[in-house]
Amino acid sequence: MRVTLKLYASLSDHLPDEAKRTNEWPMEVADGTTVGDLIDRHQLPKRLVHLVLVNGHYIPPASREAHPLVENDVLAIWPPVAGG
Amino acid sequence: MAWTRKILRVNLTDRTCASEPLNMEWAHDYLGQRGLATKYLASEIDPKVDPLSPDNKIIWATGPLTGTMASTGGRYSVVTKGPLTGAIACSNSGGYFGAELKFAGWDMVIIEGRASSPVYLSIENDKVELRDASHLWGKTVWETEGQIKSEHQDPQIRVSCIGRTGENGVLYAAIVNDLHRAAGRSGVGAVAGSKNLKAIAVRGTLGVGNIANPKEFMKVTFEKKKILKENAVTGQGLPTYGTQVLMNVINEIGAMPTRNHKDVQFEGARKISAEAMHEPRESDGKAQLVNNQACFGCTIACGRISKIDATHYTVVNSPKYWGASGGLEYEAAWALGCANGVDDLDALQYATMLCNEDGFDPISFGATIGAVMELYEMGVLTKEEIGIEAPFGSGKALTFLTEITARGEGFGKIIGLGSKRLCEKYGHPELSMSVKGQEFPAYDARAVQGMGLTYATSNRGACHLRSYTISSEVLGIPVKTDPLTTEGKPALVKAFQDATAVVDSTGLCVFTTFAWALSDIQPQLQAACEGDWSMEKLDLMGERIWNMERQFNNAAGFTRKDDDLPARLKTEAAKVGPAKGLVSGIDKMIPEYYDLRGWDTEGRPTAETVARLGL
Ligand code: SF4
Repeated sequence: MRVTLKLYASLSDHLPDEAKRTNEWPMEVADGTTVGDLIDRHQLPKRLVHLVLVNGHYIPPASREAHPLVENDVLAIWPPVAGG
Repeated sequence: MAWTRKILRVNLTDRTCASEPLNMEWAHDYLGQRGLATKYLASEIDPKVDPLSPDNKIIWATGPLTGTMASTGGRYSVVTKGPLTGAIACSNSGGYFGAELKFAGWDMVIIEGRASSPVYLSIENDKVELRDASHLWGKTVWETEGQIKSEHQDPQIRVSCIGRTGENGVLYAAIVNDLHRAAGRSGVGAVAGSKNLKAIAVRGTLGVGNIANPKEFMKVTFEKKKILKENAVTGQGLPTYGTQVLMNVINEIGAMPTRNHKDVQFEGARKISAEAMHEPRESDGKAQLVNNQACFGCTIACGRISKIDATHYTVVNSPKYWGASGGLEYEAAWALGCANGVDDLDALQYATMLCNEDGFDPISFGATIGAVMELYEMGVLTKEEIGIEAPFGSGKALTFLTEITARGEGFGKIIGLGSKRLCEKYGHPELSMSVKGQEFPAYDARAVQGMGLTYATSNRGACHLRSYTISSEVLGIPVKTDPLTTEGKPALVKAFQDATAVVDSTGLCVFTTFAWALSDIQPQLQAACEGDWSMEKLDLMGERIWNMERQFNNAAGFTRKDDDLPARLKTEAAKVGPAKGLVSGIDKMIPEYYDLRGWDTEGRPTAETVARLGL
């Protein structure tokens, strides 16, 4: 299935060059892939995986490992950030 | 230096400057800055006064920790009755001016009356005088600061001043210090302008003293700085990306007010985000962001210093804008960009520079342009009237309208009235995205329900900084709550409002609260200020300050009906994103909020509440 991984702020360093100007990385993944699987597969440092959203909805730390992605899901991840 | 215990009272009508002792009893009940200055203002003016009349007063106020070695201890507030709203106005600024005022030996400057011709106030420690400012009238903030420094032959003078918009009565004119730090909201600059007061210039060499327990203060401020440094947000996120990192976050959760709040996501957000400010542009291979910058004593350094693309159409013939200058903050980028559908990063940088150069609030200005563009698309406003074609998304219209507002020309005069008066003038009051006449900041009340209550009940009109529940509802600081529900939000908003009222009265920056709780600020106050500064006392003080502001507004004529959101947010549901199908639940939250506050159903503090808070 097709999903999109979006990485922002200092996590942008983990994007391939062609995705750096959009922060969006579309990819094919196996059915049943979870949020945790994608985080592991791309070796995103745990301390930088802070705000995790699927289609804009917050996924709490405890549910990330098992949260299944479905076709066309957008997984967006930020390190600890704030503003105002 | 905790309090200097001295106030400077300046009467512009009589041209007198007098020193008087600070009311220490009030200082113990209202601390400093926002709380204490509001106490003075509320005690000295009639809340019904015309904000732009000589009978209004305007106060520059530091807090007990301003000028000390506490991290971010450089803040000051400008407190007055605001012309945009008619409510209490309190705008907070960083930079270096606040600390300098303290070093000169003053806790506050209270300005009364109206000068018969333009003046500026010069303060050099105890030497205080009103000087002629006729030659500065008509000058920008940047020119004014440069000229005052050169006249005094002292580059270390700190200047807090208005630009042309303050002189021209733009109702959201700001007071700017250190070139691009501003007491930005509610039109405090228009009040200074109405008094013919161009600037306060201050040089202080008296240093720091009066700390109750210096040894303990050094120890505790050092420990608390360590927390800021080790916290991922205040130690890395804010210094590297600034507030602008929120652009993609807020867009992703579908809480990005777009095109005058018609939409909740902006397709151009990525192009005007912190990430875009960091990447090399095509013209010269350089990033817009040059570096970060700190206010006085700040160990976070969230400020942005940027350089515009010198080949951009806005500046190609204006070299004065080519150098490093104050860069885009999130609220400005949102208001100038998303609110108008404009995704040209350099057009936004140009507009934000003009807001700094001539001292006006980019939030209220940008949001007003959003209303202008909607009225244009509806055919209510025409190209002839505006001076340019102004559909949503036109960067050219945005930059043209910024220029004529800065200069007070043509249609710029009407833009300077703010969206409420502008929309009323053209027969569509419902299109003003404001509360109490002040425009919304950058979070949609349909997708972040707590922010709707924050806006509706903010004492200075719509504002994010009175209770920044984004911390909790979006970022999970201190605990994550669900942005889509109204449940629990009245208590959350009240807690944020009361705590923030204390922080705003200390002399510290509210951004410390991404890492610090009030209980981290409490020991710093306890070491700096004599007397009891327990958490119980501070909690009560926050509530007292909030209720005092509320009483001022009630006496000024505000009622239950003013604690409301525009119909668009209550009837037009979000079209996409997590909040799809949702409107603001403001009507559900208000009664519970009043109840928690100890107010009657009309939003007035009950006799019991007034007595409990010692008001
Ligand atoms: S955190 Fe930012 S706004 Fe606050 S004092 Fe530091 S630099 Fe200034």
